[in-house]
Amino acid sequence: MGIELKKITKRVGAETYIYETDLSVEKGGFNILLGTTLSGKTTLMRLMAGLDRPSSGEIWFDGNNVTGVPVQKRSVAMVYQQFINYPNFTVFNNIASPLRVSGISPSEIKQRVEQMAELVKLTPMLQRFPSELSGGQQQRAALARALIKDAGLVLLDEPLANLDYKLREEFRDELPKLFADTGATVVYATSEPLEALMLGGKTATLHEGRVTQYGPTAESYRQPNSLLSAGVFSDPPINTAAIDKKGDVFYLTEAVNWPVPPPYARLPDARYVIGVRPHHLLVGGTTENAVKVNGIVQIAEISGSQSIIHVDVEGNSWVSESRGVHPYRVGDVVELGVNVERCFYFDINGERLLA
Amino acid sequence: MNDRTANPRAWWFVLPVLVLVAFNALIPLMTVVNYSVQETFGDNVFFWEGLKWFEQVLNSDRFHESFLRQLAFTGMILAIEVPLGIAVALSMPRKGPWVSVCLVLMALPLLIPWNVVGAMWNIFALPDIGLLGRMINGMGIDYNFTQQPVAAWLTTVLMDVWHWTSLVVLLAYAGLCSIPDAYYQAAKIDGASAWAVFRYIQLPKMKRVLTIAILLRFMDSFMIYTEPFVLTGGGPGNTTTFLSIDLVKIALGQFDLGPAAAMSLIYFLVVLLVCWIFYTLTMRNESQ
Repeated sequence: MGIELKKITKRVGAETYIYETDLSVEKGGFNILLGTTLSGKTTLMRLMAGLDRPSSGEIWFDGNNVTGVPVQKRSVAMVYQQFINYPNFTVFNNIASPLRVSGISPSEIKQRVEQMAELVKLTPMLQRFPSELSGGQQQRAALARALIKDAGLVLLDEPLANLDYKLREEFRDELPKLFADTGATVVYATSEPLEALMLGGKTATLHEGRVTQYGPTAESYRQPNSLLSAGVFSDPPINTAAIDKKGDVFYLTEAVNWPVPPPYARLPDARYVIGVRPHHLLVGGTTENAVKVNGIVQIAEISGSQSIIHVDVEGNSWVSESRGVHPYRVGDVVELGVNVERCFYFDINGERLLA
Repeated sequence: MNDRTANPRAWWFVLPVLVLVAFNALIPLMTVVNYSVQETFGDNVFFWEGLKWFEQVLNSDRFHESFLRQLAFTGMILAIEVPLGIAVALSMPRKGPWVSVCLVLMALPLLIPWNVVGAMWNIFALPDIGLLGRMINGMGIDYNFTQQPVAAWLTTVLMDVWHWTSLVVLLAYAGLCSIPDAYYQAAKIDGASAWAVFRYIQLPKMKRVLTIAILLRFMDSFMIYTEPFVLTGGGPGNTTTFLSIDLVKIALGQFDLGPAAAMSLIYFLVVLLVCWIFYTLTMRNESQ
C-alpha cells in the first residue's frame, strides 16, 4: 500500500509547484526523490506529510484517503536539512519527546530511548544539550526522534546536506539499515545523483514540478526514460547533441558519423538527440567502437586521478570525465572517443528511444 | 626559533583608541573622582575631604528614597515592556507586505528624541487641555499627573512603555525570524500546542536577544532622565525624582559638587555591578 499520490497538483498563487503527479510508493520501501533545487522535492514531501494540502488530487496512505487529514493526526516523522532538536532539552528528552506525548510509562520510555541511543550511537551523549553536540550528532538525535516515533511514513529532506563529506559517507551506509527493520515507508530527498545511487532503494526523478521517472534506483540510472530523467540523474550533466539519421548512419556532422546500432536500425530517417554520459566521453578514445570527435577545451579540472574537461564539440558544450591526469590548456584541441553503443538515443521531444 | 612578537611600533596603532577613551571616559571620570573626595568653594580652591561625601550620600534618606524609586521604576518597566514586547513580536506577520509597515510603525517611537517624547506626553496628559487627560477626566476619573503621585507614576511608566517597548519588539522579532521554518514544521508534526511551541522553541531560541533587550532596557530605564524631567520635573513633590534627576538637582540646583560627584560614582558602580552580575549569570547559563 504505502503512500499513493493520485493526480495531485500544488499551486501557490500563480505559480505551479507540482504539476499533475501520480506516484505510488510501496509500503516499507526506501524511496528517493532526486532533483535539483526548486524541482519540487520539498513541496512533494510537505504534501505527503500533510503539512500542506494539495490544490487538487488525493493522497492515500495504507489504503485510507488522508487528503485533508492534518499532519499531527497522521503517523509521520520528518528529518530536515537543518538539525532540528528542542534547544533546551537534553538529548535524552529530545529523543523521548514523541513518546511523552503518547503517554507511555517512564520506565518504558527510558528503556526505549536507551535502546534507540545505542542504535544511533549517542549513548554517551544522552545528558548533553543539542548545542553541545557536533553537527553529525545533532542529526543523529533528530534521526532518533524520527525513528522512535514508529511512524508509518518517515520523510528525510536532504538530511545530509549540512554534514561534511566523511559524515555523509558514514550516514549513507547506516541510513537504509536503520530504517530497514522499522517497516516504515521512507522517502528521502536529495539533489545528488551519487547519493541516490549509494542509498539504493527506488528513485523518483523530479524536474520542475514533475516526476519524470520512478523505479529501482540502479535501473533508473542505467535506463533513463527521457532526456529530463537522464539530466537529473547525471553529475556532471549528461552531454546532448542533435544527430541526423540517414539510412544506416547517424550523423553528428558530415565528418563525424557512425553506423546506426542494430536496435535502432528500424527508426525512420529523422533528427534525433544523443545523450552521452560524461564518463562515456573519453580522452583519446579507448575502445574499438568509439567514434572520434574533436573538442576545444573550455575548462579543464583535475580532481586527483580524474580529469573533468569541458569541451566544445561541434558547437555543443560537453563534459568529459576521464580517468588519469590529462592537463590541457584552454583552447587546446583534444581528441575524444564517444562510446556510441552505450549512449542513449532520444527523439526530438526528449523521449527515450527504447532499445 | 626567535619569537619576535614585540614590536614597539604597534603602539601607534593603539594610540588613537587610547586618546579617544581617555577623553571620552577616563578624564571625565577622573574629574568626578576629583570632586568626590574634595570640598570646593569656587575659585579652584579645594580642601581634601576623604570619603566624607560617600558616607554622607550612603547614609542620606534622600538617596535611599530615590534609589528605591529608581528600582521600582526599572522593575515596572522590565515587567511590562519585556512580556509586552514579546507578545507584540509574536503577533507581527512573518512575511508579506505588512512586515515593513509593522517594522516602520515599531521603529517610529524610537526615532523621537527624549525631550520631545516628554513634551508630547506632558501636553497629551494635561488634565485640562491634553487629549488623554481630558478623556480620563471625562470618564469621571479624577486624574491630574501634576498633582497626584499615582497619576504621575502611571503617566511616566506609560510614556516609557510607549517609547521603548518597540526596542524589545524589534529585538524579539529578529530572534523569531532567525528560527528556521523547519522547527515549526517539526513541532506541527509532533502535535505541539502553540504554548509548547513558544515555551520549547521560540523562547529558548530568543534567549540571546532577550538577554540583550533586558540589559538595554535595564540600563536605559535605570539612567532615565530627560523624559520624566520634561514630563513631571520629578514631581509632584519628589515622587518621580529618580536617581539622575536627584543627581542633577544636587549638582546644579544646590551646587553641592562633592556629594553629587560621590553619588555619581555610586550610581555608576551600581549600574556596572548589575550589568556584571547579569552578564555572568547569562554566560553561565549559556555554557551549561
